[in-house]
Amino acid sequence: MSSATDSTKRFSQGPNADGFYGDFGGRFVAETLMPLILELEEAWEWSRTDEAFRRELEGYQRDYIGRATPLYYAERLTEHLGGAKIYFKREDLNHTGAHKINNCIGQILLARKMGKKRIIAETGAGMHGVATATVAARFGMECVIYMGATDIERQQPNVFRMKLLGAEVIPVESGTGTLKDAMNEALRDWVTNVSDTFYLIGTVAGPHPYPAMVRDFQSVIGRETREQILDKEGRLPDTLMACIGGGSNAMGLFHPMLDDESVRMIGVEAAGHGIETGEHAASLNGGEPGVLHGNRTFLLQSLDGQITDAHSVSAGLDYPGIGPEHAWLHTQKRVEYVSITDYEAIQAFKLCCELEGIIPALESAHSLAHLRKIAPDLPGDHLIVLNMSGRGDKDMASVANWLEEHGDTEKLPDTTVEAAEPGRIDDMQPPHDVAKKTGETE
Amino acid sequence: MATRITRRLDALKAEDRAALVTFTMAGDPNYQASLDTLKGLPEAGADIIELGMPFTDPMADGPAIQKAALRALKGEHTQHKTLEMVREFRRDDQDTPIVLMGYYNPIYRYGVERFLKDASEAGIDGLIVVDLPPEHDSELCLPAARAGIDFIRLATPTTDDKRLPRVLENTSGFIYYVSVAGVTGAQAPTPESVEQSITRIRAHTDLPIAVGFGIRSAEQAARIGRFADAVVVGSALIQCIEQADSVDAGTRDVHALVRELSSGVRRARQV
Repeated sequence: MSSATDSTKRFSQGPNADGFYGDFGGRFVAETLMPLILELEEAWEWSRTDEAFRRELEGYQRDYIGRATPLYYAERLTEHLGGAKIYFKREDLNHTGAHKINNCIGQILLARKMGKKRIIAETGAGMHGVATATVAARFGMECVIYMGATDIERQQPNVFRMKLLGAEVIPVESGTGTLKDAMNEALRDWVTNVSDTFYLIGTVAGPHPYPAMVRDFQSVIGRETREQILDKEGRLPDTLMACIGGGSNAMGLFHPMLDDESVRMIGVEAAGHGIETGEHAASLNGGEPGVLHGNRTFLLQSLDGQITDAHSVSAGLDYPGIGPEHAWLHTQKRVEYVSITDYEAIQAFKLCCELEGIIPALESAHSLAHLRKIAPDLPGDHLIVLNMSGRGDKDMASVANWLEEHGDTEKLPDTTVEAAEPGRIDDMQPPHDVAKKTGETE
Repeated sequence: MATRITRRLDALKAEDRAALVTFTMAGDPNYQASLDTLKGLPEAGADIIELGMPFTDPMADGPAIQKAALRALKGEHTQHKTLEMVREFRRDDQDTPIVLMGYYNPIYRYGVERFLKDASEAGIDGLIVVDLPPEHDSELCLPAARAGIDFIRLATPTTDDKRLPRVLENTSGFIYYVSVAGVTGAQAPTPESVEQSITRIRAHTDLPIAVGFGIRSAEQAARIGRFADAVVVGSALIQCIEQADSVDAGTRDVHALVRELSSGVRRARQV
């Protein structure tokens, strides 16, 4: 069983033939969908080795998405934090403003190959919805996006974008009206329209082959980063950091370096109001293994196996699960998973705007907040690459509202790194969900 | 040893009529009303009882069943209470088969072996777990068989001849043919297309075949009951509870509709 290949690809070789990473993953779907999943798996396997497919994909990555994205030395942030040398992988500079399109362009090429005419997708913050609507427009396909009613309220600009791009946006009222409910509704659509519809899942979750397929399409992030840092620094980074909702931008950055043992990796989950409050979106730090949306992974759930609601100021992290490969890497301790509260994320968001002239997505602000905690204590030759997974234009209303609700930083304690210790921050947690109020800021 | 399900279906086959299978959600609208509904089902004409285990995220169900699950959960219904409900039912009824239907996570979280032991002791005869295709038989299907509980699989319009043997392989009790690609409560397909599909499945198995999804009236039940071994009605019953003015009226309306459906099934092959 064990071979040279196995030992050199200790962490990157999954999943197995049944779609499992250790105990996580699988294909837990209704029988109606099984034949479709198997058909998709075949197409994905084909795409991994087909030379013409690879060339076509690379063409769109370059000329349509605008890849390669820069690896940017964040000089002022590095100086401000006074420790590790910080680079941003600028996925925010992609067409449509986030890493999401890397996956969408790959999947739509597969959909076309499979003869599908209709694309459906779920979206949380709306970035995946926009990226899906974009590629559907580009390839002339019908597009239906399911989006939670709560998310529609707090992400109006993205809703308008999707409509401009010709997509139908269907509000999902069931549950809490967030990402998980949108995913349920997309699965119901798929089960009903099996013959012509392609379900374009936006993250490294769902039934096999989605977690592996989305990872493959996002791995361009890590492959480029590897080359770029070797070019700039002559060596691999010491630490990689990325925020995690479902975990696709993190998996894309991490996967090509999983077997480079010297590279430390940190995934940052959303702690919402704080893990101890129960109102968070940190599946690994505050969840238990279970089965939802086609895969076994860590989930926010009750003792009785009912899925509980995720909470985060960032709609893109507001999901009660996480990709199964992350669940496995967590139990293997290959990747560290930490969490950041709404408060910490907002402060890091402001800092990045002020120091680097980059408005980060609230999702990415979570990894920036953890960066603030660790960078000052690291030596100057310690290289950190943080995945700037998206830009924050979509988050203006959420941030403005948060600041209105809680006051600007002047009224809060000093936002230097010292003040960002968990104990003090937790004392300051806002008492209720600010995000829900976003609709009132118009 | 034949299970309660097999005994019941064999007996009805001898009578030359289809079984009426009813679906209601455990704990909907509350524990007591749901138990009262359950207890009256055999007398109203249900031959096999499917009892839903509520789950927050029922991906293959339409709005009626989703809402029923959420009503039950709002009343703090749990897996333990579902099993307790069946134990109470079994005090007065030793013959009517009960099949629990739902999603895997609440069972997984309960612990598979512990769940099977408790379910078996409570008098549960079969399980339908929507999100466990044959690819995952080792999770629950095979352990259930060892515990003497039938694992009833769904076959769908997308299950082609190549895949059918795999779907049938570890299925016992009966096979549940989902007559439309869609969620529960969807539009009913034409009886002709369903009959064709049943004929196709019969070529692969001797198991009784139940047909469900989209059957709401006695007339539809009669048409499907002509060729299917069992007819499943769910969303229409759930809606009786949803639309009733009072909890008692909901129970009464469910039983009234079951009586109608039962007469439909009973007259199906008499013309």
